Amino acid sequence: MAFSSLTRRGFGVLTAALLASSALVAPVNAQTPPGVLVVGQIAEPQALDPHAVTAVNDFRILMNIYDGLVRYASGTLEVEPALAESWEISEDGTIYTFALREGVSFHDGSAFDAEAVVWNFERMLNEDHPYHETGPFPLSFFFSAIETVEAVDDLTVRFTLNEPYAPFLSNLAYPTGLIVSPAGVMEHGADFGRNPSGTGAFQFAEWRSNERVVVTRNDEYWDGTAGTEAVIFRPITDANTRVAEMLAGGIDVMVEVPPVAVSQFQGDAHTVHEQAGPHLWFLILNAKEGPFADQRVRQAANYAINKEALVNDVLEGTATIAAGPTPPAFAWAYNEELEPYPYNPDRARELLAEAGADGASLTFYVTEGGSGMLDPIPMGTAIQADLAAVGFDVTIETYEWNTFLGRVNPGLEGKADMAQMAWMTNDPDTLPFLALRTDAFPDAGGFNSGYYSNPEVDALLEAARVETDQDERARLYREMQAIVQEDAPWVFVANWMQNAVTSDAVENFQLEPSFFLLLKDVVKN
Amino acid sequence: MGGYILKRLISAIPVLLGITVIVFLIMAMIPGDPATAILGSYATPENVARLNRHLGLDEPLWKQYFIWLGNLLQGDFGRSFALNRPVLDEILDRFSATLILAGTAFVLCSLLGILAGVVSAARQYGLADKAITFVVILGISVPSFFLGMMMILLFAVQLRWFPVSGMYSIWGGGDLPDLIRHLSMPALALSVVATGVIARLSRGAMLEVLRQDFIRTARAKGVHERRVIWGHALRAAMVSIIPVLGIQAGFVLSGAVYIEMVFQWPGVGRMLVDGILKRDILLVQGGVVFIAACYVGFNIIVDVAQAWLDPRIKT
Repeated sequence: MAFSSLTRRGFGVLTAALLASSALVAPVNAQTPPGVLVVGQIAEPQALDPHAVTAVNDFRILMNIYDGLVRYASGTLEVEPALAESWEISEDGTIYTFALREGVSFHDGSAFDAEAVVWNFERMLNEDHPYHETGPFPLSFFFSAIETVEAVDDLTVRFTLNEPYAPFLSNLAYPTGLIVSPAGVMEHGADFGRNPSGTGAFQFAEWRSNERVVVTRNDEYWDGTAGTEAVIFRPITDANTRVAEMLAGGIDVMVEVPPVAVSQFQGDAHTVHEQAGPHLWFLILNAKEGPFADQRVRQAANYAINKEALVNDVLEGTATIAAGPTPPAFAWAYNEELEPYPYNPDRARELLAEAGADGASLTFYVTEGGSGMLDPIPMGTAIQADLAAVGFDVTIETYEWNTFLGRVNPGLEGKADMAQMAWMTNDPDTLPFLALRTDAFPDAGGFNSGYYSNPEVDALLEAARVETDQDERARLYREMQAIVQEDAPWVFVANWMQNAVTSDAVENFQLEPSFFLLLKDVVKN
Repeated sequence: MGGYILKRLISAIPVLLGITVIVFLIMAMIPGDPATAILGSYATPENVARLNRHLGLDEPLWKQYFIWLGNLLQGDFGRSFALNRPVLDEILDRFSATLILAGTAFVLCSLLGILAGVVSAARQYGLADKAITFVVILGISVPSFFLGMMMILLFAVQLRWFPVSGMYSIWGGGDLPDLIRHLSMPALALSVVATGVIARLSRGAMLEVLRQDFIRTARAKGVHERRVIWGHALRAAMVSIIPVLGIQAGFVLSGAVYIEMVFQWPGVGRMLVDGILKRDILLVQGGVVFIAACYVGFNIIVDVAQAWLDPRIKT
């Protein structure tokens, strides 16, 4: 039949076409070239203007393009000199004078000097500054303690604070304190975020939307030149795709490896890196009303939840058990004597019986995901089951992240008894000051959504904030941690360990407790 | 014909206006605001208010709408909060990528779908028909994002025939063969379901036509079977196939969102998902209006094509 011959021929043509096109698809050489490091990021950066962004994902690029006056010493959260060679703090803790490094210039060729530093902080803080409109600068309140900043001479800058503020130095080490090129901002205006210029080990080369950001080695770098010619940051939002790219050799470094995928990289071809960071995953308990108004019930919740199972089974070992409100990554301020609440359902039942709270019903806010929230839904259901085992009747309400924040941040009163939360901070002051003080209740503009109030803790935190002697500050924080643990305003659950995978072509890679990604010394073969 | 096209174009205006109102209201109603999304943990009421003032979100809603619409009519889509660049630049950058992906998938599913449908119908209940029907049902049943992931595992990670993700090689490349290598898997994954739908409907349409008198007449006159099927029958069946293609074009465009997620394709779908999660209001509004305009435009083309094939429709 004529028709059958036609379809056979039709299929023949089609097959030939497919074969021809598959000739185009000769096996792909997925390997990346030597000297060029390809980093798989979790998302497209928002902007490469350090004052305009808030996400860790952006910080990973920014820390390689810019320097601050100070930085965290490798492997710690303690500050060391960077663009400032040294500094002096006045007796009363309100005047900081920095001596700047000489002979440093921005990637665009303009000079780094005291005027440039002044210009940076003026742009962020002074609403009348001609380039304030290149913002918004969402984290500028990190520097709201600054009263004036002035150039004493070419290489000396003086900050005057309106009150003693001990976290000032570590805030300067944060990406919000990185120094941008004034000439660059003047040239590009609001588009500076896509045409960045700093003093860092790498200089910006190219940004293709949702494909890649390329930075190349700065041969003039004041702190020794980088070990690679170029670094390419690729946004790969889907975690499974990121894992597949790593397995196929399309990227050399992958950050934020999903817990379930870590085991795929155990062979010789890859190295898994882990580093505990200044992160805390906790449950806010509503201490104002309902069962958690009783301290014994709050302690019972801490005893009832099997944190070891959460950390090992749900998070597959990508976190450690938290003991109190301060993460151990703040080594200098951490209270080593604190032991986490052990998993002890019997003790929890006793406490509940004492408090007469057997069978209490709880509303539990759970989020679908969000910054630092790890695996919130599986964690939420595991916690629900643990609490049910000691006699709580827990109802979960799940919300998308921004909706969730909109419900939790204004306070839990009248809505819920407990809520998941996670914070990642750069100073031991930040989280307790914003979320545990009486003056930080939501209606006062803070994040104390569970209305915890202990005058002793308030006094300790306020004293620590104005104390310039680090040892004395540390002592105040340690005391605060012990009291807060006993009061149990939160269930202290986990401290996340940041992880990353590198291919065997990558050397000298190291993760930092700050969660920043510092790539200057990395070598790619 | 010109009058008909003009009539269809005018009728698109209220549709597009309606879309601007709907997308504006939806973005205004969803909980969470851009300031909270940007500030995350640091979203104190004071910081949120300061940022909203900077973003112009402290104006009353109706005023925000008319400012936005006024700018839109002048071709100004505003500036994205999250990406810190003009919305229109971002949309145009991304839209060409989506168009390449969705366009390829659409051509693939139209050709393969109609071919499979016609062959099936010509050989009703034959072996080819049964085999095609089986494959088609399989194709319709597998979610495209899952198929995409499986394709990545097999063809990119195991066999290394294709790159895992992206649109061009990260180093070198950038030419047409490079694009085709990156495009093959996502375009195929995106086209599978639509191919199945088009195949089934084309088969039905062809069977309907093949039963009609003019086909019997043609055969009786001794017209070559090839001409009967591909000339007479297919042209008649196209009148009912083309609206299906129009609907599938929309389906492929919206399906591109998932495929762009899986294959990290730098398209407009990914951009919208990220924009919604970050409450990037102007980017989402602008993107939706832009896509809706394209969709409306495409439907007009389909209607016009149909009218051209079957002049009775024009009235």
